[in-house]
Amino acid sequence: MFQIRIHGRGGQGVVTAAEVLSLAAFDGGHHAQAFPSFGSERMGAPVVAFCRIDERPIRTHEPVMEPDALIVQDITLIHQVDLLAGLAPEAYLLLNTSQPLDALGLGDLSSRFQPDRLCTCPATEFALAQTGRPMPNAALVAGFAALTGQISLVAVEKALRQRFAGPTGERNVAAANAAFRHVTRSLAPCDPATRPVPTQAHAAAD
Amino acid sequence: MLRQIEGSRAVAETVANCRPEVVCAYPISPQTHIIEAVGAMVKSGVLSPCEFINVESEFAAMSVSIGASAAGARAYTATASQGLLFMMEAVYNASGLGLPIVMTLANRTIGGPINIWNDHSDAMSVRDSGWIQLFAETNQEAADLHVQAFVIAERLSLPVMVCMDGFILTHAVEGIDVPEQAAVDAFLPPFEPRQVLDPDDPVSIGAMVGPEAFEEVRYLAYLRQLEALDLIPVVAADFAREFGRSSGGLVRSYRTEDADTVVVALGSVLGTIKDAVDARRDAGDRVGVVGITTFRPFPLQAVAGALAGAQRVVVVEKAFSVGFGGVLSTDVAMAAHRSEPSLYTVIAGLGGRPITRRSLEDMLAVAAEDQLEALTFLDLDTGIVEREQTRIASATTRPGPTAEFVLRDLALHQTGTEEP
Repeated sequence: MFQIRIHGRGGQGVVTAAEVLSLAAFDGGHHAQAFPSFGSERMGAPVVAFCRIDERPIRTHEPVMEPDALIVQDITLIHQVDLLAGLAPEAYLLLNTSQPLDALGLGDLSSRFQPDRLCTCPATEFALAQTGRPMPNAALVAGFAALTGQISLVAVEKALRQRFAGPTGERNVAAANAAFRHVTRSLAPCDPATRPVPTQAHAAAD
Repeated sequence: MLRQIEGSRAVAETVANCRPEVVCAYPISPQTHIIEAVGAMVKSGVLSPCEFINVESEFAAMSVSIGASAAGARAYTATASQGLLFMMEAVYNASGLGLPIVMTLANRTIGGPINIWNDHSDAMSVRDSGWIQLFAETNQEAADLHVQAFVIAERLSLPVMVCMDGFILTHAVEGIDVPEQAAVDAFLPPFEPRQVLDPDDPVSIGAMVGPEAFEEVRYLAYLRQLEALDLIPVVAADFAREFGRSSGGLVRSYRTEDADTVVVALGSVLGTIKDAVDARRDAGDRVGVVGITTFRPFPLQAVAGALAGAQRVVVVEKAFSVGFGGVLSTDVAMAAHRSEPSLYTVIAGLGGRPITRRSLEDMLAVAAEDQLEALTFLDLDTGIVEREQTRIASATTRPGPTAEFVLRDLALHQTGTEEP
């Protein structure tokens, strides 16, 4: 089973990001489960959503406490929420920021996580450029696809078009493509032997 | 066709395929997505003929459902928590009058303190109301149970409540096969009411019944509940044959064949329990699970049979009778009294506290050593409890509201701030 936890704020499409992830995984022939950390959500308040991907039917309904991948939609949460709780050193970490980690005071992440599994992505900027709205979720889902290989970009595009009708879907697909290219380029210096291949099944992660 | 959709969406589409003629509901979390989707389908004409009636409260929603059902319409509603309490008087009337209304209960706890999250307090509060209560383990089962619920309700002329865990199921997006229209039409015949308010053939429904006959009328209601125990497995078997998957029925056992310890539970926590049981099996414990799908009428014999070989029975409950302990546990104790297993009650998941596989595994390991307390509170933070008890005991003036002080205490301890 591959488990993802997404952190963000109310209004940033955190729950939708988990849903789109699960749609893409389902499209790829996997079992998938997406669910929010339920609460009386308010605009701007910290929000968490989860996604599980597996080759077998998913029976558990507990929250994801030891994620294989963490997506942070709003980096300012790092001062407010224990974002890294339960995260193993070999976990994937995708952060929405246009700043280098050092500039954010997060330089130590580079030593705590594997270089080919830690990536920043200016997802809000991609979203603003393509959709005119600061909703980083579509871009980050595509960034996740590039970082982990758990889902394909084609499946992400299909899921976005399914979730957002018409021109909105196409604009989100454009933001997703920009993020996918960015993450792929960022990972390029890493050892290709340790990089995930997008089409590879994730049986090894079970 | 399997689709990746939200549980609420699947239930709404399934309900629409059951062709209700009147839907009357009042929105309350976590039921809202179901009712919004059904309302949208009525408005767009996807669900037609159907009247969606907006009312001012849950009391009105159930009252309109009663009126619609008594007039011969297939009636559906949904609620949760305080909404259920608000319609309580009418809930009893619906069953007392023998009206086959189907209601989704998106399980949520009951305040105070106010809390919108999941547990089974709401379902337990209407345990004795005379409704049939079915619990869904998965979103697939939640969808399937609604089709079965209309069949059971209309064959017996009794209301049926489909309980599905609020948020945990209603808000989860999973692969679900919504029962398709043609298959539902073949499975669920048009509603033929046993009693109907018809101006051309007038009858009274809802007469006052005095001491001369009340007990007999109630006893007849009991007999009809017993009929349900025979009918529910038949409908489940028919459903399995027509739809190619198993859901519903009275009880379901998992790895109980040689089990010393059997866990009993209701609803979606069964999935996490099965994972925990598999892990304990790998560690060498002989442990199994019995999921109760039909909670009312309570299938005494089926539960007794499922627990016959167990030395230990652990009832994991998302509800709490504050002055006593377990609710489901007392029913299970009645069922298991002949085989006399050690009986443990584990109160878990109150007010939406996650029930984790790890905590369940730890609890089962303790149970296997016969070290479990007869009444156990899973993941109870005893530090909070002791500090609050100390505070109240040492208060020199009025101690003030407990819930607010507990929250304050929790905030101080989370931030590492010492009490001033």
